[in-house]
Amino acid sequence: MEKQVVDGLREVFQSGRSRPLQYRKQQLGALHRLITEHQEDIEQALKQDLNRNTYNTSLFELISIENDIKLAESEMADWAAPRPVKKNLNSALDNVYIKPEPLGVVLIIGTWNYPWAMILQPLVGAIAAGNAAVLKPSELSEHSARLMKELLPLYLDKEMYQVVTGGVPETQELLRQRFDHIFYTGSSMVGKLVMEAAARHLTPVTLELGGKSPCYVDKNCDIAVACRRITWGKFANCGQTCIAPDYILCEPSIQDRIVEEIQKTLLEFYQTDPKSSPDYCRIINTRHFDRVLALMNECTIALGGESDRSQCYIAPTVLKDVLPHFKIMQEEIFGPLLPIVTVNGLSEAIQFINAREKPLALYVFSSDKTVIKRMLAETSSGGVTVNDVLMHYTVDTLPFGGVGNSGMGRYHGKHTFDQLSHHRACLIKSFAMEGLNDARYPPLTAARLRKAKFFMQHRLCSCSGICVWAVIATLLAIGLKDNVP
Amino acid sequence: MNDFPFHSMSREQKAVDRARKAFLTGRSKSLEYRITQLKNLLRFVRERQNEIAEGLKKDLGRSEGGTPLYETLGLESEINLAVKYLKEWAAPRPVSKSMMTISDQVYIQPEPLGVVLVIGAWNYPWAVTIGPLIGAIAAGNAAVIKPSEVSSHTSKVMEDLLPLYLDKELYPVVTGGVTETQELLKQRFDHIFYTGNGTVAKIIMEAAAKHLTPTTLELGGKSPCYIDNNCDLAIACRRIAWGKYSNCGQTCIAPDYILCDPSMQDRVIEEIKKNIKDFYTEDPKKCMDYGRIINQRHFKRLMALLEGSTIAVGGENDESECYIGPTVLRDVKPDAKVMQEEIFGPLLPILTVSSADEAIKFINQREKPLALYIFTSDNKLIKRMIAETSSGGVVANDCLMHFSVSSLPFGGVGNSGMGHYHGKYGFDNLSHLRGCLIKQLKMEGVNKMRYPPHTADKLGWARFFILKHVDFGSLGRMVLLALMAVFVAVILQGYFTD
Repeated sequence: MEKQVVDGLREVFQSGRSRPLQYRKQQLGALHRLITEHQEDIEQALKQDLNRNTYNTSLFELISIENDIKLAESEMADWAAPRPVKKNLNSALDNVYIKPEPLGVVLIIGTWNYPWAMILQPLVGAIAAGNAAVLKPSELSEHSARLMKELLPLYLDKEMYQVVTGGVPETQELLRQRFDHIFYTGSSMVGKLVMEAAARHLTPVTLELGGKSPCYVDKNCDIAVACRRITWGKFANCGQTCIAPDYILCEPSIQDRIVEEIQKTLLEFYQTDPKSSPDYCRIINTRHFDRVLALMNECTIALGGESDRSQCYIAPTVLKDVLPHFKIMQEEIFGPLLPIVTVNGLSEAIQFINAREKPLALYVFSSDKTVIKRMLAETSSGGVTVNDVLMHYTVDTLPFGGVGNSGMGRYHGKHTFDQLSHHRACLIKSFAMEGLNDARYPPLTAARLRKAKFFMQHRLCSCSGICVWAVIATLLAIGLKDNVP
Repeated sequence: MNDFPFHSMSREQKAVDRARKAFLTGRSKSLEYRITQLKNLLRFVRERQNEIAEGLKKDLGRSEGGTPLYETLGLESEINLAVKYLKEWAAPRPVSKSMMTISDQVYIQPEPLGVVLVIGAWNYPWAVTIGPLIGAIAAGNAAVIKPSEVSSHTSKVMEDLLPLYLDKELYPVVTGGVTETQELLKQRFDHIFYTGNGTVAKIIMEAAAKHLTPTTLELGGKSPCYIDNNCDLAIACRRIAWGKYSNCGQTCIAPDYILCDPSMQDRVIEEIKKNIKDFYTEDPKKCMDYGRIINQRHFKRLMALLEGSTIAVGGENDESECYIGPTVLRDVKPDAKVMQEEIFGPLLPILTVSSADEAIKFINQREKPLALYIFTSDNKLIKRMIAETSSGGVVANDCLMHFSVSSLPFGGVGNSGMGHYHGKYGFDNLSHLRGCLIKQLKMEGVNKMRYPPHTADKLGWARFFILKHVDFGSLGRMVLLALMAVFVAVILQGYFTD
C-alpha cells in the first residue's frame, strides 16, 4: 500500500503539476482554510489527545502554522526565483545563478506533542518548494492523526499530498520506499533508524530531535521574571516540548529563591489545583506517565509531585539538589519535572553542559553581558534564547534545528523552503569569447598556464566605473580574437 | 569520548581521539589560528608543486601543466577567498526582526562542528581532498583526512608533507584501504565529507547514521550533454572534447554521453576528431597532456563497456600502460553496456534523439546526474531544459566550468549526492548555524498574553503581534508611530494591571 502511495505521488509530481507557483499558492490557501474552518475540530482532537486548552492550541500550534503559510504565500515568488551570485573574471560575461528546484516526494514524519505544527509547518515548506508529500502523523496523538487523515484530502490535492496513518509497521514500510527527502521529528533513537533507512536510497534527511536543554540562571539577574518565563516554558503542554528547559543550573545560594518564585508563578498560572485548571495538560499516555514518574525516584521534591495515573496527570514538580548521576539527568525528561542542579558558577555550568550531548536549545538568564557572551561562545546547541525560553522558535528568520545528537538540518519560514529544495548551480555561457578558453586547452604551455592563472585568481571586485569597463574591454579583446575569422 | 585506554586503540581511533582533544582545547576557535593554518596550506601548495606534480604523474599520467590547472590553482583560489572573507563568514549574521523581537538581538552565529572526516577520491586527489579541508579549517573544525589509496603516490605525498605545514593533531592524515576506512567509520565524527561513488556512499551514510553524523556526499552519475541543431557546433565540440578527455575522462562532472539529432551525428564526430588531434596530436599515447587510466581494474572495466557499440573514433588501447585513446562511439543504444553505468573514462557515446523533448524525456528517465550540459544558441531552449530536468549543476554552452565559480554551490541531488561546497558554501556546510535570540528581562508586560490563565483577549493580542509581518523599511513614519503607541499601551496595561 505504501509503495503504491509513493509511486503514485511521484508520477503526479513528475507530470509537473506543482511547478507553477500559482498551484502552490492555491494549495497553501487551501491549507489555511483547513485550519481556520476546522479550528474547533482540531482543538477538540488536541483536548482528547493531550487535554490541551483551546487557547493553548492556537498559541502553540495554529498561529505558527498560519504565520508560515502567510509568509510563504507572500514571499514565494522571491524564494523560488533564480538567485544571481557573484562572478569571477572567467564568468564575468556569463549568466550565473542558483535556481531553487523541487526535490520530488518528501516524507514528513510527525510527532505527538504538537501534532499539527510538527507536520504542517514542514508541509508548508514542502508545498512552497513544489514537492509532493506523504504525511505520517504520530499514532500516539491518535485523535489528531485521524482528523488529519480525514480533513487533508478535503482541502489539498490528494494526488500530491497524502496522509498515511498507522504505527511502527506502517512507518517501517514507508521507510523502505524511496523519497527525495525525509523530514523527521522525534527521538534521537528513532532518528538513527530513519537515517539508516534513508541511507539505502541516498535520501537526505532533516532530523528534529531533542535532548536535555539546559537553563542556566545566573545569580545576577531578575530572578522573579526569569522564573516566571521558565515556568511558562517548562510546564506548557505539561513539559512535553522538545525545547522545554529540561533542567536548571544555578548557584546553591539562589536555589531556594528560585523554588519560591516558581511556586508563586505556578499559583498564578494554574491556581491551587493544577489538575482542575483548564490550562494544564496531561501526559500523552500511561507508558510515558510511568516513565516520567519513575524519574522522580531518587529526588528531593521541592514542589508538586502529585500524580494520578487514571488521568495521566503529573503535577508541576520542582526537584532540588539533584545530582548529575540521578536517573532524571540521564535522559530527556519530556514531562513536568524541573530538576535543579547546583553548580559553583558559570565555569562549572559550562563544563557541565559541555560534558553532555549538544542540546536542541540552551537557555541562560543573566543581566551580565559577559556571562551571556561566555556561555554562548563556550557551548554549542541547536538554538539559544537568552533571558527567556522557547521564543527563538517563533522567530521565522532564525533557522530552527539541532546539532549533534539534537539533530541535523533546519526549518521555519524561508529555511523550510530552502531545506526542501535543490539549489541548482547554473552557469549560462555563450559561444563567444572562445579566445578566453585557450588557456585551458592542451597543449598546456607555460604561456597558457600564466593566462589561466590570471583568470582563475582574480575575482571580479565590486569596484565601479572605469575599472569595470577596462576589464570588460580586455576580456572582449582576448575573447573575440578566436571568433574573428 | 573514547572509553578505551589510548594504547589499546587502533591507529585510526588514536588519530580521531587526538584530533578531538586538540579541538576541545579551543585553539581552532580563533580566526587568527585558522588563517595561519590556511596560509600554511597555501605555502604547502606553492612550495611543493614538484612533489605534487610527481605524485600525480605516477598516479594518473598527469602532465606538469595539468597539476596547477586542474588541482592547485583552484585550491589557491579557494584558500585566498577563505582568508580574505573569513572574518565576514564567521561573524554573527543579523536577521530581520518582527514586532515581537523589535528590542531584541536576533542573529545566526556560525560555529565549528567539531571533528570532520574528509574522505578523498583518486581522480583529482588534491582538489577533492584538500578542497573540503579548506572549508573545514575555515569553519574552525578539526579534520581527519583520508586520501584515496588508489592514488597511492599522491596519498604518500599528503601523508609525508602535510604534517610539515599543518597542525598535525588537528588535521591528521590517515592513509589506508578499505579496512582502515571501515575502522575510521566506526568512530564518531561531527560531519563526514565523502567524494566518490554511490555504492560506498550508502555504506558511509549508514555508518554515519549510527552516530547521527550529518554527511556531505559528492557522488557522480551519467552527466548528459545535449547538442541542439541550433548551435555553433565547432566551438561546442571543442569544449566538449576538452571536458571529456581531460584526465582521461576520469572527472565526476565530465560530459558522460552526447544526445543529438541523427542529422548532426556525423558532424559532431568530425569536429570532436579534429579537436582530439588539436589537443593530443596524432598519437595521444605519446602526448604529455593525455593521461592514463588509474589502474588495471578500471582499464578492464572500461574496455568491457565498449562491447556492443560502434567505434567512430579511437578505440586504441594498451593494457600495460593503462592507456585508452580518446574514443567516440556512434549510434549507441540506450541498453548498451556503456549506458548502464557512469563511464569515468575516455569513451564518448553518442545517442541520437529526434528532439529536445525526447532528450528531456531520456534524461528524466534516469537518475539525477551531477551535471547537465546543454549546447544551443536558443536561450528559450536552455530555460526549458533547465526547468524540465534536474541535476546537481548545469552549464549551458560549456563543460565543467561551474566547478570553478566559487560563489556557486557545488554538489549533487538524488543519486548524485547531497550537500555542497566551494567558497562560502564550504564554510557554511561544515559549520553549525546557531539561531540566537537575546532578550532582556524587562518588558515583562508584553508576555502577559502568553501566560495562563488563557483568555480570548490575550490570544487576540498574541495573534496581532505574531502574525503582523512588518517590513520597517517601507513603513511610513506615521504608521510606525501609531503602532509604537499601541505597543506602549499594551506594556503600560501590563504594568498597571500586574
